[in-house]
Amino acid sequence: MAKVTIDGIEIEVPDGTTILQAARMIGPSVAPPAMCFYTKLKTSGGYCRTCLVEVTKGSDKDPRPMPKLVISCRTTVMDGMVVTNQLSPRVLDARAGIVEFLLLNHPLDCPICDQAGECHLQDLSYENGNYTTRTDFERRTFEKIDIGDFIQLHMTRCILCYRCVKVAEQITDGRVHGVLNRGDLSEISTYIKEAIDNDFSGNMIDVCPVGALTDKTFRFKSRVWFTKPVDAHRDCDKCSGKVVLWYKGEEVLRVTGRKDEWGEVDEFICNTCRFEKKHTADWSIEGVRNISRHSVISANKYKNLVKPNEFHLNDIKAITE
Amino acid sequence: MERKLLFKNIDVPGIATYDVYRANGGYASAEKALKTMTPEAVVEEVKKSGLRGRGGAGFPTGMKWSFLARPEGVPRYLVCNADESEPGTFKDRYLMEHIPHLLIEGMLTSSYALGAKTSYIYVRGEFFYIIRILEKAIAEAYKNGWLGKNIQGTGFDHDIYVHPGAGAYICGEETALLESLEGKRGNPRIKPPFPAVKGLYDCPTVVNNVETIAAVVPIVNDGGEEYCKIGIGKSTGTKLISASGHIKKPGVYEIELGVPVEEFIYSDHFCGGMLTDRKLKAVVAGGSSVPILPADLILKTTNGEPRLMTYESLADGGFATGTMLGSGGFIVMDTSASVVYNLYTFTRFYHHESCGQCSPCREGTAWMEKILHKILDGHGTMTDIDLLWDIQRKIEGNTICPLGDAAAWPVASAIRHFRPEFEEFISKQAKQEVNHNNQHQPLAVTS
Repeated sequence: MAKVTIDGIEIEVPDGTTILQAARMIGPSVAPPAMCFYTKLKTSGGYCRTCLVEVTKGSDKDPRPMPKLVISCRTTVMDGMVVTNQLSPRVLDARAGIVEFLLLNHPLDCPICDQAGECHLQDLSYENGNYTTRTDFERRTFEKIDIGDFIQLHMTRCILCYRCVKVAEQITDGRVHGVLNRGDLSEISTYIKEAIDNDFSGNMIDVCPVGALTDKTFRFKSRVWFTKPVDAHRDCDKCSGKVVLWYKGEEVLRVTGRKDEWGEVDEFICNTCRFEKKHTADWSIEGVRNISRHSVISANKYKNLVKPNEFHLNDIKAITE
Repeated sequence: MERKLLFKNIDVPGIATYDVYRANGGYASAEKALKTMTPEAVVEEVKKSGLRGRGGAGFPTGMKWSFLARPEGVPRYLVCNADESEPGTFKDRYLMEHIPHLLIEGMLTSSYALGAKTSYIYVRGEFFYIIRILEKAIAEAYKNGWLGKNIQGTGFDHDIYVHPGAGAYICGEETALLESLEGKRGNPRIKPPFPAVKGLYDCPTVVNNVETIAAVVPIVNDGGEEYCKIGIGKSTGTKLISASGHIKKPGVYEIELGVPVEEFIYSDHFCGGMLTDRKLKAVVAGGSSVPILPADLILKTTNGEPRLMTYESLADGGFATGTMLGSGGFIVMDTSASVVYNLYTFTRFYHHESCGQCSPCREGTAWMEKILHKILDGHGTMTDIDLLWDIQRKIEGNTICPLGDAAAWPVASAIRHFRPEFEEFISKQAKQEVNHNNQHQPLAVTS
């Protein structure tokens, strides 16, 4: 076990835990944002650099601070390590810079993007970015590439997090897409326009933090905050069959995996569940899904609203004393 | 002071062939190491010599070798980094072209010290003729029993393979080099684990520069202590410097570390002074990625001491007033050179060579190039200088591999030391723009 202090909060975690995982154990207030790290994908993380944190004390044995900011998603904790995240001006400055870099070639057209409302980049830039842009250069654009019947790839929105590449490598057999070219001309593509065709390819949509990979069966049918998420399951011979159904009225508009509060799915689901079972009769309904009160998806849905703590006059007096 | 260790026999006709090389004392170090020394003793000699990595970072080679993990039953590898692509550096190419057996002898001796049965020379893709030279030399070494099974009857087996790169600067970064060698896309790996623990094919690996490996030969021949006497302080031995730019005699020079920079530029032994009557303006002392320094700072440190060609002296004053020895690409500029144009060239290079894996480098290098292009095109504004400064600050130290730093440092140093030139350039361009009624006029470059 190792004791680590993140933003002044101490927690004891097993050896080999990364700083990011330790921070997530404490809670969302200290957890650094992550665009490319995905707990369930091996070797993911380290590319986007949004999770940079400052290590002010290396460990009990070697208390020297680390000279550079470190990526919390790939750095394991040491006993006695002291990490500052939100409290470090250096980290916040660097993170604002990263957000600026990520948005440099990303189109700022959230109102017409299908991912709006559940886009990690949108959240990231609201929380850590600047409100103005310092560039007036033309943004990088790509033609839409046809990569199969169910998935739409629009490279213009891609931030090259490599998550979809890792999905194809680790949970499907035979990866047919990857990164072509280099530098800011890099693009995710299938080589010579091959179609991605396998039973678990749909998970690429779930792991994509932006609107680069979207569900062709759902695209532009509805904004996500007009749909209602409902937990459901079915007996599937390929996957666990535990999904979320997104209803609009009586109709199931789309099916996705169950995402936790960090936007990561609990279990990957198969394409049959995702794309072909779109009737309530196919599913056993478990109940309405809990959505964070801060998410736009919970807008106009009054369930699970937590009443704020009531303050009495005496309490306030106690604080001022 | 001229001191030749590596280039001792470089002028002997036919030194690239085995017979001439052997007749001039070649393969003596390999013979000595294999027949009379234990591998640990060789590592100990290298440690004693104080040899530091010649590829740019200057990390002590002996220490790097002693970090190599030695688990049972797992092969170890030595990889020679001959992917020399830093603008301004051409020493390794010169060495491999003229005296290839020195590298092969160094590889053999080093591999014996590290216990590596297989080693690779990763050669830059553009050096195709070098690959032929190396292949020929390796064939000669096999024929004469210096490679293969049971070398010279000592029971040590060793094979060397030459692997051509595909023309990517990023593959000079050691982990990207290993990825490329494994046949994958040349993206740098995220460290840790370091190659000394998990390198090529997940086995412990040492990656050394060509010059570092070649320097092992005189160290084993004369002993580490003898090598340590050359040079000053922690900068021991000799260093190959590729001198280019506005000087009378550009070329590769072997110097004893500790030669004053002033002597190196003006002495007839070395660069032979400035090319014309124009004065020295600036020097990039160690390849394109190290900070550029103006004439007064490169000749003397802020304490008024003469600056020497050593790792420490060149770095004196940190990045505020110092630079780095780097890989030894010594680019001299006189007053006719424009720092703005020069910076654009460097930035364009780093944009082109960024692998695109991590966001600060991928987007930042492209952004800096666009801004500098805009300034050169006459549309720059004074705020662009501050913007450039801010972008480089946000790239530096936040990337996976040192390419981000390498792209940021030239920008930072050019603005730090030559800001007035940028301001003058921008205001002059703006004036021309008005005078010529938006006609595009190429500017005469003056300082």
